Amino acid sequence: MEKVAVMGVGQTSFEREKDDTFEEMVFEAVQAALSDAGGKIGDIDNVLTVSNDFWDGRTISSMSVMYAAGAWDKDVSTVEGDGIFGAIYGAMRTLAGSFDTTLVVAHAKGSMGRMNLITNGMFDPIYQRPLGIDATMAAALQARCYMERTGATEEDFASVSVKNHRNGCRNPHVHLGMELSIEDVLRSRKISDPLKLYDCSPISDGAAAVVLANERGAKRFAQKPAWIRGMGHCSDSYTLGYRDLANTRALQAASRKAYGMAGIADPLKELDVVELYDAYSYMELLWYEGLGLAAEGRGAELMMSGATCMGGDLPVNPSGGVLSAHPVLVAGLARLAEAVLQVRGDAGERQVAGAKTALAHGINGACGQAHGVIVIGT
Amino acid sequence: MKDAKPTCEGRIKVPYKWFVGETGSRFFAALRDRCEIWGTRCSRCNKVYVPPVKNCWGCFQPLDEWVPVSDSGVVESFTVARCPDAMFGLDPPVVYGLIRLGKASGSLLHYIGEARPEEVKVGMRVKAVFADRRSGNILDIKYFAPVRE
Amino acid sequence: MGKRAAIVGFGQTKGSSSRKDVNGIEMIHEAVSAALADAELGIEDIDAVVIGNMDHFEGINYVDMWSVEGSGGVMKPIIKVTTGGTTGTTVAMCAYYHVASGLFDRVLAIGWEKNSESDTTGAIITAYDPIWERPNMAGAIGGLAVDASRYMHDHGVTERDGARVTVRDRLNALNNPYAHLRQEWMRGKDVATLVDLLVSSEENQVLAYPLRMSDLCPRTDAAAALIFASEDVAETIAPVPAWVLAVANRHNTVYYGDLDWSLNETLEAASRQAFAKVGIREPLKEIDVCELYLPYSYAGLAWIESIGFCGPGEGRRLLWDGVTDMDGEIPMNPSGGVMSSNPIGATGVIRVGEAAIQIMGKAGLRQLNRDVKIAMATGFGGCYWADVLLLGKNKPL
Repeated sequence: MEKVAVMGVGQTSFEREKDDTFEEMVFEAVQAALSDAGGKIGDIDNVLTVSNDFWDGRTISSMSVMYAAGAWDKDVSTVEGDGIFGAIYGAMRTLAGSFDTTLVVAHAKGSMGRMNLITNGMFDPIYQRPLGIDATMAAALQARCYMERTGATEEDFASVSVKNHRNGCRNPHVHLGMELSIEDVLRSRKISDPLKLYDCSPISDGAAAVVLANERGAKRFAQKPAWIRGMGHCSDSYTLGYRDLANTRALQAASRKAYGMAGIADPLKELDVVELYDAYSYMELLWYEGLGLAAEGRGAELMMSGATCMGGDLPVNPSGGVLSAHPVLVAGLARLAEAVLQVRGDAGERQVAGAKTALAHGINGACGQAHGVIVIGT
Repeated sequence: MKDAKPTCEGRIKVPYKWFVGETGSRFFAALRDRCEIWGTRCSRCNKVYVPPVKNCWGCFQPLDEWVPVSDSGVVESFTVARCPDAMFGLDPPVVYGLIRLGKASGSLLHYIGEARPEEVKVGMRVKAVFADRRSGNILDIKYFAPVRE
Repeated sequence: MGKRAAIVGFGQTKGSSSRKDVNGIEMIHEAVSAALADAELGIEDIDAVVIGNMDHFEGINYVDMWSVEGSGGVMKPIIKVTTGGTTGTTVAMCAYYHVASGLFDRVLAIGWEKNSESDTTGAIITAYDPIWERPNMAGAIGGLAVDASRYMHDHGVTERDGARVTVRDRLNALNNPYAHLRQEWMRGKDVATLVDLLVSSEENQVLAYPLRMSDLCPRTDAAAALIFASEDVAETIAPVPAWVLAVANRHNTVYYGDLDWSLNETLEAASRQAFAKVGIREPLKEIDVCELYLPYSYAGLAWIESIGFCGPGEGRRLLWDGVTDMDGEIPMNPSGGVMSSNPIGATGVIRVGEAAIQIMGKAGLRQLNRDVKIAMATGFGGCYWADVLLLGKNKPL
C-alpha cells in the first residue's frame, strides 16, 4: 500500500465565544497548516471540510467555508462527524490515486447554540428525546456503568481532570489549562451525578486543519513528513440502554486495526504519546482499556500509576486533552495535530522527549459510540 | 467589550413529526390502551428488544414475534441531572435510569420517580407508574418508582 | 495507484410522499436489504458503511450513529458525509474512495430522506447565510425561478420548452416501479399534446414565474443503497459490474449573490474533468445514457449545455428532436429522474444506481434496448454545486 503523511497542521486558539466567524476560523487554521507544511493553497489537490448542521445552526453547514478552505475549483467533500473521521477519509482519498495532496479542515462554534438541545438531537426522537436526555446525562449513565463494573471511583475520575488541566497550562491553544486539586474537582458543581463541572469538558469554539500527502505529494512541501502508520474506525450499536456502555469493543476493533497496520503488538510499550478524546474525565480510563493500554477494568490503576502523566512511560494528553478545550468535531483533528507535533519534536513546552510514535483518537455519537484511531510515526 | 459584540440572533423553528411506524405504533397502542409493555424477539439469537425494533441488529433479519415484558425491572445505571434544558419544563434534579424490564435483553431509558436522589442505587427494583391520561407516546409511562418491600 | 472499483449491487425503496408505516431506520433497512439481496451478499460481507442525508430534513443529529441498527453498521467502520443536494453522489464518491484506497473490498453506500417529517422549504431556508442572505433571499424555488427566467431571456426559450423536459421524465417514470410520481393519465398520449396541456391548464399553478407545479420535482420519502466492490472481488459478486471510470465535483460558491446565472460553471468544470479522465471528446456520441440530477424542468435544457452535449441555447433542439428520449441518441433519465422522485439525500444515490443498472442490464422495463457501455450520473445541490460520475461496462485500464 502507498503511504500517507501529515505534512502540516494548524489550530486556532480554542475559546468560548470566539469573535471570528466560521469562515475566519477556517481560513486561519488552513493558513496555519499550509505555513506549517511550507506550502501554498496551489499545492492542495482536494479539500475535505468537517462540520455539523446542528452545531452550526445551518443546513449544508459546509457551504459557509468553501472559500475559506480554498476549495474553489477543486474536488471537495464534507464529513459530518468528528475531525478524526475527516482525516481518515482524507487519507483514503490520498491513497486512492486520484489526488496527491488533501487538505482537511474542521470547525465548530459550540458556544453559539444550546449544547443540551443540540445533543438531545442525537437521541432517538420517538423513545428517548421527549425525556430531555442530553450528551452529559448519557455520559453520566456511562460513568456509573463503568464504576459498577470496575470499582473505579469519583476520585479516579478527578485525577484525570487534574492531570489534563495541568497539562493544558503548557498548551497555548487551549482555554482551560489550570492547576486543580482532586478536592477541587470533587467539590465542583454537580452537573449530572457522578459527573461534576470539572469532570466535563468546556464548550469551545475553534478550527483545526491538516495537510495530507502521499509520497509524491510530500515532495511539494518543505516540512518533514509525519507518516500515518495505521488507522481504523468502528461504531458500536446505538440505542442507549441496549449498548453495553462499559464495554469498549468498538474502540478495541478500531485500534486493533490501526495497530495491525502499524505493526504494533504492545501499544503501552511501543507508543510514546497518546492524544485521546476525553470529553469527560472518566472516558480517559475507559479509552485506556479500549486502546489496549490497560487490561479490562484496570484503567484507573494505569492512571494512578502515574504512567500517563508527563514524565511517565506513556504520557496521555500532554496537550491538556479535550477537558482543556472541546471544540466539538474539531477536537479529534486537534488530537491528530498534537500527535504530529509530538513526533516531529515541535510540541514546545508540552513536548514528550524523544517521541517517535504517537496515537490520535476521536469519537462520534453519544458516550463514544464510534471511534477513529490514527497512529503517527516519523 | 465582550458584551458589545454584534450578533445575529436566530432560532431554527422547523417543525418535525416523526412517524413511529407500524412496529412502534403497536408498542404505543398497548401502552396507551392497556398499560402493557411489549417487545419484539429475534428467533435466531433470542434477543428481546424493548422498545420493539423491526429488524435484529446482529442477525439483520426481520422480527415479527411479539412478547409481553414485565412492567417492573432493575436499575442498571442512573444519573441525577441537575441542569436539564429549560425547554423540557422539567423540575430538577431529575433522575434518569436505565431500567432492565423482565426478559428484555437491554434497558429502557426513563425517569425514576417517588425516590430521593440519594436513595437510588444500581440494582434497585422499580415498577412503571403509568400516566393517567395516555396519548400513545413514551410519556404514557410517567416514571418508574421503587418497589418498596 | 489505488484500486479499481465497481458497483455490484443496488437497492431502493419505492418513492412516496409519506412513508407512515416505517420510521427512518426501518426505511434505511429496507434499502440496505434490497441492495444486499441484489448483490447476493450478507451484511457480514460488508467491510465499511457510508451514509448521508440532510440533518434538518428529519431533525436528527449524528444520523450515522442513530441509524446503525438498521443500516448494518454495528461493529463496522462508518462515516457520514453530507453536502446538501449533492449528498447522494457525495456518498457514492466516498464509498468509491473507500474501495479505491485499497483499505476495503465491499462498501455499502446509503442515502435516505423522509421529507414528510419536516417542512422541507423551512429546512432549506436555513442553508442560506444567517447574516447576509437568510433574511432576504432564501428557499429552493426562488433561486431556480431566477435561473430559469435568465435562461429564457438569454436564449429565447419558452414555457413549452421547459414542459418538454417534464414530459420526457414523467413518461419515463411510468416504466419505473420505484418512482414516486407515476402520472398514469399521461400514458399513451403524444408529447405535443402533453406539453400543450401543461402550459395551458389552470390547475397547473404558477408557483414563482416561470415555474409551474409541473416544472418542479416532488418531495419524496425514500432510501437507496449501493454496494461498491474492489477489482479483487467485483467480478465474483456481479456478472457485469458497473466500473467507476471517473468521479469529479465542484462545490465552489458560498453566497447565492455571487453566482453567475448565465451558466452552470460547476457542472461544466466537473464534467470536463471527468471526461478528460476517461478520454471522452464527444460526450453526445460517446456516452450511452445519463441519469441527471435535474430538480426542475429548465435544468434539463440549460445544464445539458453545461455538460457539453450541445452548445449554448441548443438544449431545446435536442429535446424536441427526441435525442434525449428513450429511443434517442442519448437517453436521459430512463428512471423518470428527479422530476419524478426527490428523496434529497437518496436522490444522488438513485442517479448513480440507475446509471449502474443500465450497464448491469438490470433496469427491467426502463432498460435501454442497446448495449450500454458508458453511463453518466450527476448531482446538484448547495449553492449551485455539481457532482459527476462516469460508469462503464469495461474495466478501466
